[in-house]
Amino acid sequence: MSIIENHKTDGKPFCDSAKLSARDVCVHYGEKQAIFDVSLDIGKNEVIALIGPSGCGKSTFLRCLNRMNDTIDICKVTGEIVLDGGNIYDPKVDVVPLRATVGMVFQKPNPFPKTIYDNVAYGPRIHGLATSRVDLDEIVEKSLQRAGLWAEVKDRLHSPGTGLSGGQQQRLCIARTIAVDPEVILMDEPCSALDPIATAKIEELIDELREKYTIAIVTHSMQQAARVSQRTAYFHLGQLIEVNSTDKVFTTPEHQLTEAYITGRFG
Amino acid sequence: MDMNFNQHISGQFNADLEAIRNHMMSMGGLVERQVANAVAAICSGDTHLADDVIRREDDVDKAEVTIDNECTQILVRRQPAASDLRMVLAVSRVVRDLERMGDEASKIAIHTLEVTDSKNPQLCQQAMRYMGEEVVKMISGALDAFARHDVEGAIEVVRNDKLVDKQYASALRELITYMMEDPRSIGQAINILWILRAIERIGDHARNISEQVIYLVSGTDVRHSTLTEIEKTARD
Repeated sequence: MSIIENHKTDGKPFCDSAKLSARDVCVHYGEKQAIFDVSLDIGKNEVIALIGPSGCGKSTFLRCLNRMNDTIDICKVTGEIVLDGGNIYDPKVDVVPLRATVGMVFQKPNPFPKTIYDNVAYGPRIHGLATSRVDLDEIVEKSLQRAGLWAEVKDRLHSPGTGLSGGQQQRLCIARTIAVDPEVILMDEPCSALDPIATAKIEELIDELREKYTIAIVTHSMQQAARVSQRTAYFHLGQLIEVNSTDKVFTTPEHQLTEAYITGRFG
Repeated sequence: MDMNFNQHISGQFNADLEAIRNHMMSMGGLVERQVANAVAAICSGDTHLADDVIRREDDVDKAEVTIDNECTQILVRRQPAASDLRMVLAVSRVVRDLERMGDEASKIAIHTLEVTDSKNPQLCQQAMRYMGEEVVKMISGALDAFARHDVEGAIEVVRNDKLVDKQYASALRELITYMMEDPRSIGQAINILWILRAIERIGDHARNISEQVIYLVSGTDVRHSTLTEIEKTARD
């Protein structure tokens, strides 16, 4: 059982221009319930930060948004998650195009053991997004440019992606995600393995990507949440405790647990 | 649930926040004494007391710099958020107001020496005594409200500031009458005017401190708001 009986999320979990809407989402791993009735809207072209102590369910919730939890046998998701009017948990939904539309960037950069070019070209190839080599070249260049990596790699596109620095590898993974023309990008602690300079570059990139994409980011760094997001959602033991504008959460949070967490009184 | 939300995980962070709060309260006590002594000096013509106020102004200035530096250290090292952030910002703003009150106390003391030297009887004695005692109470009230996170106490100080402002306007009218009646009194009247002005400004700074109490407790910035707006904020 959760520790706060029938908690209703404080603040403003819903918004007018929702790209993704989660309603009453519960997640069970076997017998154990990890997420309790989470309802949350993620607005178009906004960056929403999901924060909370370890084990609070923020990554589990993020992974619900493109059905990544389907890959775990014992994981059962109930409730509804609607992307542009369609329930992504509808049995008719094909998860492969869904995961192209709702792309994901992970904690540790995970480029394929291929060239920089092939890392980016992989998705468009399997999704049939390019009809010719010229098309593919264009997608690769555009994606690397959007990921802020083009200038650094344009002269070595055919070198292995794994030869790049950690920060460059993470931007390569972002380019790979962008290459299949997503609408939503999920980021699960994308900077936790990076140094401060590489982190700053990714944060700058997140701000630029917001113009075209909707972004949900899980982060353990409160400063990062404060820097990159417009709204912040605080999770605690599987419950969504509070959602508010990032400014409000970090200056005058509504819930005592949010206040205690962001001020470092527990975590 | 069994969690103590009063303490940070970092004990040093607790100690740092406690330190700026305590140092600010000590500085507040020092400034309150400075103002009380300056007011007593002008009311009694005690030039030794006025000299003492002028001498101690340096202590107030040093306290401001020290506490502000401690606030900077917390911002740099801890990146405080929510109530902790508000505490650091409020302390930093309050010490600036306290320092300015110290300056005003010193101005009163300097003018006291000039007024006491002149042979003419002092003008507006009653207004100076009333306003002076009132602003000393306001400083004490604002600092108490800060220590207790007491919004109602803070609003009371704002109300009293309006009374002091009225008393100041009335004293000015009285001074103008003296000057019109006897142009020889203009020199002394201007000194008294500066003293009244300094006391009135101290009241404004006490009000500023009270506004920071409201910010600290509720997160609402009520600077430049009217009394009615502040009362409404507190009710909401």
